Amino acid sequence: MTHPENAAEFLKDSQKAKWHDETLWFVRDKRDKVSKSIPEWEQLRELASGIKNNVLANLADYLEEFERNATKNGIIVHWAADSEEHNRLVLEILQQQDCRAVVKSKSILTEECHLNPYLEKHGIEVVDTDLGERIVQFLNQPPSHIVLPAIHLKKGEISELFHEKLKTEKGNEDPTYLTQAARVHLREKFFAAKVAITGVNFGIAETGEFVVCTNEGNADMGVHLAQVHIACMGIEKILPRRKDLGVFLRLLARSATGQPITNYNSHFRSPTPGKEIHIILVDNGRTAQLAREKFRNSLKCIRCGACMNTCPIYRRSGGFSYNSTVPGPIGSILSPGLDLKKHSSLPFASTLCGSCTDVCPVKINIHEQLYEWRQEVTKTQGEFAKGLAMKLANGIFKSPLAYKITGSLMRNAVKSLPNSLIYHPLNIWGKNRNLPDPPMESFQQWYRKNRA
Amino acid sequence: MKSNSPSVALFIPCYVDQFYPMVGIATLELLEKLGCTVTYPSGQTCCGQPLANAGYARDTVGTATHFIETFTDFDYVVCPSGSCTLHVKEHFPPIDGLKKEQEALEHKIYELIEFITDVLKIEKLEGKFPHRVGFHSSCHGQRGLHLSSGSELNQPPYNKARKLLENLEGLDWVELSRTDECCGFGGTFAVTEEALSIQMGKDRLADHLHHKTEILTGGDMSCIMHLQGIATRSKQELKFLHLAEILNQALS
Repeated sequence: MTHPENAAEFLKDSQKAKWHDETLWFVRDKRDKVSKSIPEWEQLRELASGIKNNVLANLADYLEEFERNATKNGIIVHWAADSEEHNRLVLEILQQQDCRAVVKSKSILTEECHLNPYLEKHGIEVVDTDLGERIVQFLNQPPSHIVLPAIHLKKGEISELFHEKLKTEKGNEDPTYLTQAARVHLREKFFAAKVAITGVNFGIAETGEFVVCTNEGNADMGVHLAQVHIACMGIEKILPRRKDLGVFLRLLARSATGQPITNYNSHFRSPTPGKEIHIILVDNGRTAQLAREKFRNSLKCIRCGACMNTCPIYRRSGGFSYNSTVPGPIGSILSPGLDLKKHSSLPFASTLCGSCTDVCPVKINIHEQLYEWRQEVTKTQGEFAKGLAMKLANGIFKSPLAYKITGSLMRNAVKSLPNSLIYHPLNIWGKNRNLPDPPMESFQQWYRKNRA
Repeated sequence: MKSNSPSVALFIPCYVDQFYPMVGIATLELLEKLGCTVTYPSGQTCCGQPLANAGYARDTVGTATHFIETFTDFDYVVCPSGSCTLHVKEHFPPIDGLKKEQEALEHKIYELIEFITDVLKIEKLEGKFPHRVGFHSSCHGQRGLHLSSGSELNQPPYNKARKLLENLEGLDWVELSRTDECCGFGGTFAVTEEALSIQMGKDRLADHLHHKTEILTGGDMSCIMHLQGIATRSKQELKFLHLAEILNQALS
C-alpha cells in the first residue's frame, strides 16, 4: 500500500491518531526546551554537520584507520557489502560458538538487514532486549520508530500482550509492574545467551573503539554476560577522533528524547581476556548513496529520530505507514536510494514544511532532498503518469493569453456549475473542503479597469 | 518611498489573481499608502511551483523564462506570498541566456511583509484594527524566508508580521499552543495525501478556535484557502483575511 492509503487507514481511529500526535509532540517539545538550555546549540549542530561532512569526504581512509586500530586492540573486523553478507557473517560466528540463543540490543541496522528472520530460519532464537523492541517482537511487528519502537502502542495493549506472553495479571496496566515483568523475563534470556549482538552509535577511527548508547543498559548487560560480542555498524557511523564524541553525545539524547544524555554510553575497545569482540562494517547501499551528490549528506544521520517526532505527517500517520525500516522524513530520503519503485510515494509524504531540517542535529537538508527525490521519482514514471493538468500547466503559465483564458474558464466553471458537479467524488479537494467563492473578476481584470 | 522612488513591480500569484483579487488590491493599495510607486506588469502568470513540487521542475523552464523576462526592468518585485517568493528564489531551474537577470531577480524579489520591514525599513504602522487576530505561520515564509523565528531553532524570537500587527490599535494577538505547525496544504499534497491534509488543517483550526481567534490571518492565501475551505465546510465561526487586507484596512 502507498503512504496515502496507509495514512488514511491510520487516521480512521481518530482518538488513537490524536494520542499518537500528542505523545510525539510532547517528545519534540521536550527536545525544544532542552536544546534551548544550551546557548551554543546551533554551533554544536554546525560543528556536528562539519565533522560528518569531513567523514563522508574521507570515508575510506577513516574506515581503514578504524580497522587498523580496532585490530590492534584485539577486535575482529569483518566487512559486509550487503545485508546477505552481514547476516551470513553473524550466522557463521554463532555457529562457530555453537550458539542457539542470542540476545540483541537495539540496532536499526540489523532491522534493515532483516537479521532476526534470517537467524530464526536457521534455528536460532533471537531476543531483542530493549523493552520497546521486545514488545514489538512479541507482536511480530517491526519497530514503528527508530528510538521509540513501540510508540504506536498504548499501555492497555501492552498489558494485554504481557498477560498473554508473560502471564502478568489481566488488566494490570501499571508501567512499573509491567516493566518489572519484562525485566524478570529478560534476565533469563541474558543469562542463557553465549553471544550478544549490539548496534553501534559511533566508531572512532583514531582509537579503534566504538560506542553504544542505550537508556536501559541492556546492551551492557548482554555483552558482559556473553562470551562473544558481535557489533553491527553501518560504515557511515565513523567519527575521526574520540573528542568528536563530545559534540555528538551532547546532541544525540537531547535531540532524541530531550534528555541531557543517554543513560549508558559504553565504550568498547578491547575484549576481556578469553572473550571475543567482532565488528561487522556494513555497506548495504551506503556507498551508492555516497555517490549521489544531492543525497549523500543523508548519510550524516545519527538516528536520533527528532525528524519523526517533529514531522506533522509522521505524527498523524504512524511509523508503519512508511513501510520502510527507517520511517519518517529521514527514511523518506534514505529508502528511495535502496528501492526507488517500492518507496516512490515517500518523497511525497511531506508538505515540505522544513521542520525536519531545523531539528536535525547534523543539519541534513531533509526537506530539500525530499523535493529532489520527487524530481527523480517522476523521471522513472514517464510521461504517462503525469496528470493532464501537469502536462498543460507549463504551456499555460508560459503564455499570458493561455493563462488568461484558462483562468476565466476556471472561475466561470466554479461559478456556474452546480455544487453536485463541483463536489463530485473525483474532485478530491472538495471532499472535505469548500472552494473559495469565485470573484466576479480576476485581479488582472480589475487592474486593467482601474489602474492601467 | 521618498524621492527617487525605486520601481516596484507587483507579482500576484496565479491563485490569488483568480480567486482572491481583493488580496491583490489590498497589496497594491497598501504599498501605495506606504509611498511606493507600484506597477503590475501585465502578462505575468505563475511561478511554476505546483509543477516543481509535484516533481516536474524540469518542465518549468518556459514558465520561469517568462517570469524572469516579465520582471527584468524593475528594482524590486513584491509578492503577497512567502511560498511563491521562495520558489522564485530557490527553485527556478537555471535559465540559459538569462543568468544575470535570474540572479538579480533572486535578490530583488521580496515577500510583502519583509519588503515593508526590511526594505522600506518600517518599524511600526499607525492604524486601528480592533479584532482578535490569530496568525498562521506559513512554512515557506517562516523556515524558508525566515520571516519569523522557528520553534525548532535556538535563536532569539522574532516575527516580522507580528511586529507590524501588534502595533495596530485594538489588535489582540492570539497565542497558540503550536505556534508554527504546518496546516497541511502543501500544494499537490492537499490532494495526494487528502486524509492527512484535512487532519492537519483541522488541528490548526482547533488550536485557533481553542484560543478564541476571531480572524485568522497569514501571509499565504494558499494555506488560508485550505483552512478556510475546511472551516466553511464544517461551519466554523472564523473569519479569514490575508495580512495585506488587515494592514490595508487598518491604515485607511
